Amino acid sequence: MASTMHGPPGILVTGLHKSYGPVEAVRGVDLRIDPGETVALLGPNGAGKSTTIDIVLGLAQPDAGQVSVFGTTPAGAVSAGRTGGMLQTGSLIEGLSVRELVTMVASLYPHPLDVEQVLETTGAESFADQRTTKLSGGQVQRVRFALALVGNPDLLVLDEPTAALDVEGRHDFWRSMRDIARNGKTVVFATHYLEEADAYADRIVLMARGRVVADGPATQIKARAGGRTVRATLPHADLGALRALPGVTSADLRGEAVVLACSDSDSALWALHSAFPNAHDIEVRGAGLEDAFLELVAGDQSEVAAP
Amino acid sequence: MNHTTYLRYELVRTFRNRRFLFFSLGFPLLMFLLIAGANESRRLDGIPFPLYYMTGMVSWGAMIAIISSGTRISAERQIGWARQLRITPLSTRTYFRSKVVGGYVMALLTIAVLYVAGSMLSVHLAAKQWALMTLLLLVGLVPFAVLGIMLGHLLKPDSLGPAVGGVTSLFALLGGAWGPLSTSTAFVDIVKCIPSYWLVQSGKVALGGPGWPPLQAWVVLAAWTAALAWLAVVAFRRDTARLT
Repeated sequence: MASTMHGPPGILVTGLHKSYGPVEAVRGVDLRIDPGETVALLGPNGAGKSTTIDIVLGLAQPDAGQVSVFGTTPAGAVSAGRTGGMLQTGSLIEGLSVRELVTMVASLYPHPLDVEQVLETTGAESFADQRTTKLSGGQVQRVRFALALVGNPDLLVLDEPTAALDVEGRHDFWRSMRDIARNGKTVVFATHYLEEADAYADRIVLMARGRVVADGPATQIKARAGGRTVRATLPHADLGALRALPGVTSADLRGEAVVLACSDSDSALWALHSAFPNAHDIEVRGAGLEDAFLELVAGDQSEVAAP
Repeated sequence: MNHTTYLRYELVRTFRNRRFLFFSLGFPLLMFLLIAGANESRRLDGIPFPLYYMTGMVSWGAMIAIISSGTRISAERQIGWARQLRITPLSTRTYFRSKVVGGYVMALLTIAVLYVAGSMLSVHLAAKQWALMTLLLLVGLVPFAVLGIMLGHLLKPDSLGPAVGGVTSLFALLGGAWGPLSTSTAFVDIVKCIPSYWLVQSGKVALGGPGWPPLQAWVVLAAWTAALAWLAVVAFRRDTARLT
């Protein structure tokens, strides 16, 4: 595996922009994912996750910016069989059994996995002889997962893979996913469940309104998201100085107000009070994971409201 | 990277599609058995009626079979399967090739079934005539294969069914698959510019006709193929841009 570490990045995205008509789906995304990483693209609907994924898979062309997958174009990586994807939408073609469909797709790749093995891994074995038209939603999702895996790609891109699954289905899905990630594959998955991103990714890329608003190891994002928030009115604030305060992990401006995400809100509060005596209307809020997530996602609200 | 497996399952899917089998195979066969069966001993222009009618039904049935590859393309795009395939190493070229080959296999099957039915209704031809007729039919189907691909990118599956029915009927009617419409010279000159005329004429070789005039048939078929291919590329690009 050592050689791949010195090779090109799994995914390298710089300055990515993509609009659909008047909708700016992606507005300047930079992202580097190294071979072997498991990365979650976390964000609410409309954050630009699916558009970013479509571009990495070669299904959409960016308006501006560069994308490479293993040092080549997205389409090049796809035709070399190095990328496998599970899309958010789409049904299966009719007229074939599950086993036949997986075999058909496997035959398109240069080094496919053993079909029976993949059916077992994805839990599709028990209904492998059924026609694709006679499956439940959860079963279809397992087949789609099998189709993404069977080509033995180096990069797996999964767009909300558990969206159609019940709790048990999710559990099974992630259990098989863990084995696959352990085999040195690069995995990128989109989700809007913070717990999923936290539990299964080495790294979380948080997206909102077409931008990356946070990027780091799950523990770091959690620390940032899991602490308390101190909010104060402080005109003409110096963000650099605020960020340097003890106990503060990040600082953002909201008009006249500053929002400090804190790992230690007590220290931050005292430090704020002595460094900026004119800070007033001070509010301390305990943020649950979801709250903090929403807080981070809302990060550049003021800028969006401007026009 | 073995495209025969992909093609094999494409064919399996086609054979398991009962609706398709009925319309492409069953319908022309049924018409042939009913109409030619009732007129088995009649002669038309000195030609046994079953032979005359078989050549018409063969060109019509084969036309339906080959255009129907468009129905499958349209359905696969509608359900999002085309996107799924675009993230596999399958090239666009191989995708279309497999659809055309699939259409030709179905066309050949239709032709074979009607030949067998013809033989049962006392159609007798020399091996050379059977072979030449089949060969010319396969060439005459080329513009219709391209037409199928174009329609597959132009129309949604629910409007494609009626469109395929209408288009094939119109081409069959004008081309003379159901019998000559008119023998006026002006009319014949016009229909000679339509590819289905030559498709039907490929069958008429078996009637002891002279076969295709070397030049006009080839020019008409090539021109229609080129024009339809251009339209198919335009439709494909537009459709693919919309999908993404």
